[in-house]
Amino acid sequence: MNRIDAIFTRLAKDNAKALMPYLTMGDPDLKTSGKLLLAAQEAGASICELGFPFSDPIADGPVIQASMSYVLDQGLNVVDILQSVADVREQLEIGLVAMVSYSIVHRLGDEAFIADAVGAGIDGFIFPDLPLEESDKARDLVQKNGAILSFLIAPTTPPKRAEQIAAASSGFVYLLARAGITGEQASLPPDLTDRIEVLRQATDLPITVGFGVSTAQQVSDVVAAADAAIVGSALVRRIADVREQGSDAVVSHLGSFMQELATGLKR
Amino acid sequence: MSDPSASCSLSHVPDERGYFGEFGGIFIPETLRAAVRQLEDVYAQVKGDKAFWDEFNGLLRNYVGRETPLYFARRLTERAGGAKIYLKREDLAHTGAHKINNSLGQALLTLRMGKRRVIAETGAGQHGVATATAAAVFGLECDVFMGSEDIRRQQPNVKRMELLGAKVISVESGSKTLKDATNAAMRNWMQTSEDTHYIIGSVVGPHPYPMIVRDFQAVIGREARAQCLDQIGRLPDHVIACVGGGSNAAGMFFAFVDDLTVGLTGVEAGGRGPARGDHAASIGAGKAGVLHGSRSYVLQDDDGQTAEAHSISAGLDYPGVGPEHAFWKQTNRADYVSVTDAQAMDAFEALTLTEGIIPALESSHAVAHAMALAKSLPADQIVLVNLSGRGDKDLDEVLRLRAIS
Repeated sequence: MNRIDAIFTRLAKDNAKALMPYLTMGDPDLKTSGKLLLAAQEAGASICELGFPFSDPIADGPVIQASMSYVLDQGLNVVDILQSVADVREQLEIGLVAMVSYSIVHRLGDEAFIADAVGAGIDGFIFPDLPLEESDKARDLVQKNGAILSFLIAPTTPPKRAEQIAAASSGFVYLLARAGITGEQASLPPDLTDRIEVLRQATDLPITVGFGVSTAQQVSDVVAAADAAIVGSALVRRIADVREQGSDAVVSHLGSFMQELATGLKR
Repeated sequence: MSDPSASCSLSHVPDERGYFGEFGGIFIPETLRAAVRQLEDVYAQVKGDKAFWDEFNGLLRNYVGRETPLYFARRLTERAGGAKIYLKREDLAHTGAHKINNSLGQALLTLRMGKRRVIAETGAGQHGVATATAAAVFGLECDVFMGSEDIRRQQPNVKRMELLGAKVISVESGSKTLKDATNAAMRNWMQTSEDTHYIIGSVVGPHPYPMIVRDFQAVIGREARAQCLDQIGRLPDHVIACVGGGSNAAGMFFAFVDDLTVGLTGVEAGGRGPARGDHAASIGAGKAGVLHGSRSYVLQDDDGQTAEAHSISAGLDYPGVGPEHAFWKQTNRADYVSVTDAQAMDAFEALTLTEGIIPALESSHAVAHAMALAKSLPADQIVLVNLSGRGDKDLDEVLRLRAIS
């Protein structure tokens, strides 16, 4: 069984929920990214979403965009990122899902990229700019490599299409809490719980929720109805806040924030 | 590479999935899927709706001032010394470029969709001005995203947009040019698509944009083809247009695609030279890639990161190109060449001095290639150039560059 499936099966058995932190790989540097993955595991995260920096991340807000620009300015490439994943994989039991623009995948070659990523220890993929109708090839390749492929479902997605997307997804479905781009929000949309309940009728896959989830309270609110809460910009902003203070400061600052977020799982 | 004469379907693209051969498609975040689908649906509705096209054509005639003239450039022809050069005078269209055709068409679609606000990206500012104008005509709210570098070099157009009631939003990320303005517009659209239509200004983006923009611009080639038959008594031998995203070229070429005796040449921005980052020749130097919603030729590094583009002309300063151009390139139906900043400046001066027509720096690229091509051809050949826009917006930049050269 794929590691992602195994993780959600175990959580379901324990009646527990998952925290899924998002990190831009290479911010502030790849060695620190590896330590942050360990810190996430220690804090109680179940799966980490690894953001591959892209020059034109149109679904991302200013915080993640700035983080990606910072990494690209350091000259890091996909080979470096996958090597850093391979370096820490043995120390990690958490699932690793690559969040990567299809522009990058297409250039490297779908087949080569997916195989190399799985070889490095990636368990699953999210291609945020590859919609259902363009995804046949990628889906086959991901499946062939024993990984999972999760598609996004937006508030603007009609119910029938949401069903199709859920049917095409493996591992989990990714429900966007709100329309628009990534970024921290003061509150969750009031209709979120209803949307989760509607989606439940359409799929047996675990439902994860991201975009605008940024506090322990919001994690708690999300997992009251969903199976996992994804937190991105709130972490990435905190990295930028202490980047200047060096790797140890980043790891300890982020480690304690992820522990705080994890308290939301138990409220 | 297939022989174009073997294909009878060159003008019957895209297919229902938005593909021109292997180029095009829909590569967008799910959040935008519904809005793009809505655009597909509304366009399918209006396609056979005579009332829609009557309204559009009425605007083109009485508001834009179409048809635009076909003009024999006698002194430019003498200067080049060879084939006869004819100019399709899109510079005489209202707002000073071909962009208004598409903006008006998409504004009509906006009304059909019941939306109240439009957004646009702009490089040279021509598409921004055209969209701000269309928004004024129909009383729509309008925000235009523009790279801060382009705001600097296209000041007159920034002022025009503001006078027209649009808000110009400065984009500071990346290269601060057209690519980044497009990112910003897409991000805004993701949060506002319920009441907002994104008027993309070129034949780029996810399906159905490349098709819709081409269809609204196809009036250029339809007129020019008929004018050639009427004024010259035959079709031209060569048709030339500049290519950034490629809307004026697509609009011009489309009417000639099935006329296999007519050579089609797109002119990309050769910038300062062939090194990466110094030009915007996406077809000439790029590879197949995915950018801003479709698969086409893209300037990227080996990791799929978009490369910086450069051109003296803000409207050509874009690292991608429309998928239909990629298709024409691959099927050999059109050739793509490039012209450097310096060559474009020379052509800008030549056309201004010989004909009293100040061309846009974008269009100057097409003029430069036309002069070089005409020189190599006998006097009985006909070269048709799409003069896509006028150069008033470029005066400050041209004078600045002259002062430092």
